[in-house]
Amino acid sequence: MIEYLNIIFLETYKILFLLVPVLTAVAMIVWLDRRVWAFVQKRRGPNVVGPFGLLQSLADALKYLFKEIIIPASSNKIIFILAPVVTMTLALIAWAVIPFNENFVIADINVGILYIFAVSSLGVYGIIMGGWASNSKYPFLGAIRSAAQMVSYEVSIGVIIINVLLCVGSLNLTDIVLAQENLWFIIPLFPMFVIFFISALAETNRPPFDLPEAEAELVAGYQTEYSGMMYAMFWLGEYANILLMCALGSILFLGGWLPPIDTFPFNFVPDSLWLIFKMLFLFILFALVKAIVPRYRYDQLMKLGWKIFLPMSLVWVVITASYLFYFELLPGN
Amino acid sequence: MKITRFFKTILMLDFLSGLLIAIKELFKEKKTINYPFEKGKISPRFRGEHALRRYPNGEERCIACKLCEAVCPAQAITIESTERSDGSRKTTRYDIDMMKCIYCGLCEESCPVDAIVQGPNFEFSTETREELYYNKEKLLDNGDRWESILSANIRADKAYR
Repeated sequence: MIEYLNIIFLETYKILFLLVPVLTAVAMIVWLDRRVWAFVQKRRGPNVVGPFGLLQSLADALKYLFKEIIIPASSNKIIFILAPVVTMTLALIAWAVIPFNENFVIADINVGILYIFAVSSLGVYGIIMGGWASNSKYPFLGAIRSAAQMVSYEVSIGVIIINVLLCVGSLNLTDIVLAQENLWFIIPLFPMFVIFFISALAETNRPPFDLPEAEAELVAGYQTEYSGMMYAMFWLGEYANILLMCALGSILFLGGWLPPIDTFPFNFVPDSLWLIFKMLFLFILFALVKAIVPRYRYDQLMKLGWKIFLPMSLVWVVITASYLFYFELLPGN
Repeated sequence: MKITRFFKTILMLDFLSGLLIAIKELFKEKKTINYPFEKGKISPRFRGEHALRRYPNGEERCIACKLCEAVCPAQAITIESTERSDGSRKTTRYDIDMMKCIYCGLCEESCPVDAIVQGPNFEFSTETREELYYNKEKLLDNGDRWESILSANIRADKAYR
């Protein structure tokens, strides 16, 4: 009994040790996002609350907490309340398999990448539920768009991941990072990195693919009827998903926690910090893209996903596989 | 032409040049001011919060001619007057409904004695509607508080009136 409690206590401690920093980081990247966006447009952005406005997200969260939650009379109340909970939970449980260094990962399962893929696919449900349960036209249209978009781009992300897996020979994220000790996958698989990045933008409904919440057409998409803390949970889930995509990008292509060169000044930095640097780099790229690109039209979005990215990544799978097979580099040989 | 377009798309040259511009802009000087801490310059003619001015000896300027009340397009001004013991006509009531007011500046322009003026203050938002029904006391208080700026503004604008 004592042993059992001990394990529960230890696991809870580990989970909190991950979740609290992740949620804090989510609050910080919301600030960073707004700040980068403002800087590109030569504005100042949030700079009043706390040093450099760092506590802005905290103030926002506090405000959301005190706002009334309005539930539309014609909505399906149970699903309406459940939708943001589902979105946020799914965005957070995916972090269980993200390795921050060789030893720190909550669930070191051997199909980690498959798990992340499954969880991020389920993320569509939160949006669909929110859009449908609102029983209003804009949320519904936004949810339909979002579902179609996420499903389309998940296909190409899946094929891109196959490329990486071919080079690694394992579905475990720790193994994927360790396989990049000599060469980060961004170098041999550069086109795949670019496509992964763009698909990640579409997957997380970021501009230029923010059609589900295109404010000119759909008010705020599936979030239209939400208010108060329920809106904040959607918002937290969205940014947690973005951060997850940054983490996934750095693990798959940028060598996770590995330093760029394994020599003195670089390997002196704690390895978890390298992962955080890489995630930050990717996120700043996310934020810059938000600032400079106009929104895609819906048919262009679908065309890009199905007619360009999918064939390109499929062709690249064939190229990678034939290269590895021809030179007998296939892992596990 | 088509070939160059194709390579431009494949290599995302348009996107990359855009990204480069964005990164350059990132470090440039900000065009916006740090509002609550620093404020933009406003013209002497700026039409902000109303104020009723006094003469240097402390006597109210307003002579209750009711020109401002008549000219006010939003009918935001209400004036009642009486004859004082020294024979001069003075207001007993001077109300401005700041929510009806459209800040056109006609009251200031119509005033023959420069009594009602619109000052440089634009930060007088309140939490309740009632606080925006200004009475004579409030307006005179405004006049006392902003007098130095108000008279300077009137002097600066004199040549153009």
